[in-house]
Amino acid sequence: MDAAGLSGREMVTETDVRDVLAQVVDPEIPILTIEDMGILRSIEVDGDAVSVDITPTYSGCPAMDLIKDQVRLALLAAGYSRVNVNLVYSPAWTTDWMSAAGKEKLASIGISPPDQSPVTCPQCASTTTRTISEFGSTACKALMVCGECGEPFSRFKAI
Amino acid sequence: MSFVEYLIRHGDDNLIVSHRLSEWVSRGPELEEDIALANLALDHLGQARALYGHAIEVEGLGRNEDELAMLRTEREYTNLLITEQPNRDFAQTMVRQMLFDAYQMSLWEGLSASTDSTLAGISAKALKESRYHFKHSSGWVIRLGDGTEESHRRSSEALIRMWRFVPEMFETDDTDRDMAQQGLGVEPSSFEAVWNERIATVLAAATLPKPVAVPGRTGGRTGFHTEHLGHILSELQWMQRAFPGARW
Repeated sequence: MDAAGLSGREMVTETDVRDVLAQVVDPEIPILTIEDMGILRSIEVDGDAVSVDITPTYSGCPAMDLIKDQVRLALLAAGYSRVNVNLVYSPAWTTDWMSAAGKEKLASIGISPPDQSPVTCPQCASTTTRTISEFGSTACKALMVCGECGEPFSRFKAI
Repeated sequence: MSFVEYLIRHGDDNLIVSHRLSEWVSRGPELEEDIALANLALDHLGQARALYGHAIEVEGLGRNEDELAMLRTEREYTNLLITEQPNRDFAQTMVRQMLFDAYQMSLWEGLSASTDSTLAGISAKALKESRYHFKHSSGWVIRLGDGTEESHRRSSEALIRMWRFVPEMFETDDTDRDMAQQGLGVEPSSFEAVWNERIATVLAAATLPKPVAVPGRTGGRTGFHTEHLGHILSELQWMQRAFPGARW
């Protein structure tokens, strides 16, 4: 859809924007959308102008700039011409904002979701697991190992 | 003394300590630790960027993060001296980080209540991160202190070397007082007791004696540094100095 096509519409709603943003995924855990992650904070629509607030998970998350660009590109591609993406710091992100669907998706690809208790091995379902390092393959994950089957796996840290 | 300078000094702490941690990348004692050190460096870099970004916005002069990081001289950097101290060995790095992590935990706790909502948000996030940082560094100090004869010796020597940079962390200057009065910031002296308690607990578990008080080195907040900062900046800044405005 081009910009002219869009302006021909009755009115752009927040739901339209949300639908577009449902395709934007976390580049480091591409099974999760930014909505699943809880980093999509708010959407404002004013005429043909769209303003989206996102919040970083960790201060140093290297994916943030890319996510910002992807949000903008997705909206431009959908025909929105005036797009503003803001990075907001307050209130600070917490894993409590991750959606239930997001947590299920994490478990389905072998990452222990943030509030799992006890931490369960995604391979053999054993609960005899231990932390190898609080700092795993990305800032948001810790490295675990299963005491039963010996397989290493990632745990999404609860913060 | 302004809020902008206040944000920049805390940004400087993070940028410089981040650089130090990044020097470990590919040289960590084990793979997991190498990754952890890179993660820690990244957290601090992110905190620096958030603080610089906010400073620039408040200042409104159109400067950018890269100018702050890449084009200021040694005298213009206002980081604490402890953040620029060399890694030396893994024991010294962990001791330095533990002392600084405990400082930052209290700092972020205080700044989470700042009347400036952006600083409060940045700090609330950073606080969660620094709890992990402290858990990591204090865990290592305990293992090293209460480890082998060699690791005990190295960590206790490191502690003595780092101890002279401790008093500076709690010095409260006019900027701190100003910021605290306006509800924007905190006076570092207000959390010295909490810091002492946290460190005493770790040192006891690590079987490391608390060093005797020594005359402290100071000057970082006013731009007077140890000889190490110049070397850090030469590495950090050479590219922008050699190719001004280079981007990629």
